[in-house]
Amino acid sequence: MNRTLPIGILMACSLLALTACGEREGDFGGSAERRPQPVQLVLTEEGRPAPSVLADEQVVFRGNGEEPETLDPHLAIGVPSSHILRDLFEGLTSESPEGDVIPGAALRWNISRDARTYTFYLRRDLTWSNGDPLTAEDFVFSLRRAANPATAANSARMLLPVLNAREVLAGELPVEELGISLLDEFTLQITLTGPTPYFLGLLTHPIAYPVNRKNLEQFGDQFSRPGNLVSNGAYVLTKWVPRVEIVLERNPAFREADDTLVERVHYLPIEDHSSEVQAFRSGEIDWTNQVPNNQFKWLQKNYPDELVVSPWMGSYFFGFNLTREPFVDNPSLRMALILAVDRQILAEKVAQFGEQPSYALVPPGIDGYVPFSPEYADWSQAERDHEAQRLYEQAGYSEERPLRVEIRYNTSENHKKMALAVASMWKQVLGVNTTLVNEEFRVFLQNRAQKVLTQVFRAGWISEYNDPYSFLELFRSGHGSNDYGYSNSTFDALLDQVGTERVRARRERLMFEAERVLMSDHAIIPLYTYVTKRLVSPQLRGWQNNLMDHHQTRHMFKLRWQSDAPAATENPGPEPQTGPDPAVSGDTEVETVTTEPAGQDA
Amino acid sequence: MNQEGILRHAATRFLGLIPTLLVLITIAFFLIRVAPGGPFDSEKVLPPEIRTNLDAKYHLDEPLLMQYFRYLGQIVSGDFGPSFQYKDWSVNELIRRGFPVSGTIGGLAMLLAFVIGTLTGIAAALRQNTMLDYGVMGVAMLGISIPTFVVAPLLILGVGVYAGWLPAGGWDWSWQRMVLPVVTLALPVIAYIARLTRGSMIEVLHSNYIRTARAKGLPEYLVIWRHAFKPAILPVISYMGPATAALITGSVVIERIYSIPGLGSYFVQGALNRDYTLVMGVVVFYGVVITVLNFIVDLLYAWLNPRIRYDELQ
Repeated sequence: MNRTLPIGILMACSLLALTACGEREGDFGGSAERRPQPVQLVLTEEGRPAPSVLADEQVVFRGNGEEPETLDPHLAIGVPSSHILRDLFEGLTSESPEGDVIPGAALRWNISRDARTYTFYLRRDLTWSNGDPLTAEDFVFSLRRAANPATAANSARMLLPVLNAREVLAGELPVEELGISLLDEFTLQITLTGPTPYFLGLLTHPIAYPVNRKNLEQFGDQFSRPGNLVSNGAYVLTKWVPRVEIVLERNPAFREADDTLVERVHYLPIEDHSSEVQAFRSGEIDWTNQVPNNQFKWLQKNYPDELVVSPWMGSYFFGFNLTREPFVDNPSLRMALILAVDRQILAEKVAQFGEQPSYALVPPGIDGYVPFSPEYADWSQAERDHEAQRLYEQAGYSEERPLRVEIRYNTSENHKKMALAVASMWKQVLGVNTTLVNEEFRVFLQNRAQKVLTQVFRAGWISEYNDPYSFLELFRSGHGSNDYGYSNSTFDALLDQVGTERVRARRERLMFEAERVLMSDHAIIPLYTYVTKRLVSPQLRGWQNNLMDHHQTRHMFKLRWQSDAPAATENPGPEPQTGPDPAVSGDTEVETVTTEPAGQDA
Repeated sequence: MNQEGILRHAATRFLGLIPTLLVLITIAFFLIRVAPGGPFDSEKVLPPEIRTNLDAKYHLDEPLLMQYFRYLGQIVSGDFGPSFQYKDWSVNELIRRGFPVSGTIGGLAMLLAFVIGTLTGIAAALRQNTMLDYGVMGVAMLGISIPTFVVAPLLILGVGVYAGWLPAGGWDWSWQRMVLPVVTLALPVIAYIARLTRGSMIEVLHSNYIRTARAKGLPEYLVIWRHAFKPAILPVISYMGPATAALITGSVVIERIYSIPGLGSYFVQGALNRDYTLVMGVVVFYGVVITVLNFIVDLLYAWLNPRIRYDELQ
């Protein structure tokens, strides 16, 4: 009877898919070469990609994780919105593809001898995307808006180094008292409470982007809608369908519009990591935001050229609740638990994506800072286990009287895997009986903050700016994120000194010393440092891996596929250069930067 | 059928909607606030100054009862307020954009499920205890027991990635992007409806009036169509009320896997983010949809089942 056909077909389809993946999975490995390949990159004499190697359509599709909560740069919080905002806006400073701070709206700046006053000289030909001139006054207006209590900007904490920012945010001083002043049409001055070497980097954050005053006054809280939004970056917003896509087009009024090769960029909010990979595989996106945590081997085998893994500005660790039993005043026990974890196995076998085993708090790679490395980092795991057993006994535990402890984490496959691995290492080396407790995210946060239920808990930090201080300040007595209950007056005093030290090398030594104190108190269980992991089409070039994972589309371009390259053989350039992609043009301007902090070389 | 009786019944049911919704709003309002944590909690804890500003902006610094009455006032004027999470959009806008998507996919899935489900169910009933019957019911059992989060990725992999016939996900109102989600959503419902139809059809075919119809010498297809069909799908109709409500208000799983901007994710995301206004908006909206659909099912029932007379209920 033919009426049974439809459902039969549907079911057969899904069964077919089942067998299909079973069969195809194996031989898919060899097909990496069968996929289309882009032509070799050829550079012109100016270091730009030669027109002959560029794809006809310079349109990029970027997977972008969750739906951005807002495109108002001052109200934005999350990573997804910041990716888009970096394309739409430009602060006083900007970033090169490598993540270095380069001049943005400001052509150059002076830093006073006490490292507290920054004078910015704006480029004189800047305009908004609607053609209006952009002047220093726009920046003064915008920074005041960002700090205004009525704006209630979540990220305004990034502005706390600015003089009077705390008082303005608390409503104790009017916004006009914020440490920013207009010197003339193209010059402005920002005064800080203390030396802040990462301040130029902070200015690349969306909280420091200018917003157009007229635009804001005309449209109010709808000013960030397509058609309304006036921006000053390389792109303008042309379409926003919530949870479908955000489309930006090249801004012809941008100062470097002629060097911006990508005409249009689509940001697709694809929350599910597997779906994102499928969209990449079927050619719908050029760039994924993430890859599934458990598919490293498969991806590495089938997409070796596309899989990009790179160190990230973050540490993953477990915290101790230092205010309660069994860990209060028990450094031996804490050290035993720290030592009994085999980080090599955690990084290689559990995390799998090239995460680095970590023995301290601050991730490596921050310019000029070498993280503290404890003695046991150089030991073999057998030596660590041996010492762990000694300390465990010293703390009064044994096989007959084992420690019973809870590891608490927010619901997530990765946290669960880590907690399981750590628990089994403790069991094996020390005989500890561990209970795993998973909680919904906000419940977990609340329990962490209350410090009553927690014993060992999942922690970690991904910094929004390139400075060790961002990690260290979490452990200051009474800091809002100090869920460990850590309190050490020596440590706090060191951080105070860091806050006023203007000699970079001395400041770094102070931070190193603070990290040493913290690690010697065994306040956390370091596990590994984060990596970013994504799939990128081999067509898409011009971007570089960087520690902050910031990638502006204006630096990118798309290569032609070999199959549809017309005349790639006749190069206009002298010789084909492959190798590193062209850096952002405007290197000459970098040289004009004058920074003169006193005693920089001391 | 008594027209006046039905109208009176309809009016009463409609009035009953108001207290139901009020209870729903009250429970939801206080429940979401009882949940630990708030909308502005994050791992990057806010300095107290900023926290105070945010609480003031969203009236979270007011006493709870005042917030409740403020919210009731808003709802009466049809305004669900701004979303805490998606700051550029009001809850009304998000629902207005999300519901057509969920409604279209869910509606199509229900249509597909109803047509295929009833037809296969009837076919199985007519050939009871044959290979066809066992085959259909076996496949239906599979359809019910394989969860959508398994079927959906398999369909994407098979149809989207390997065969390349259809897009792997995303949304632009084109039929190509609707096929997979609609099919995935419909599969378990098809199976369920097929089983329901088969069961009740077998029961109806054994009843006296069918025997009478056959005895009168009516052709078999007329017996099935004119006499057996309507009573046989009654259980399906009563199942379809809540099932349709569930389908058209969006499935989180489907929306996540196929990257579809429907209503389901707003509910779950809203709850996880403690986006009070968004959760409340979606809950109230759900409440209205479910009540209205149950109401429609009631009326359909009256039309299909000659044994129900509303004037007798009074």
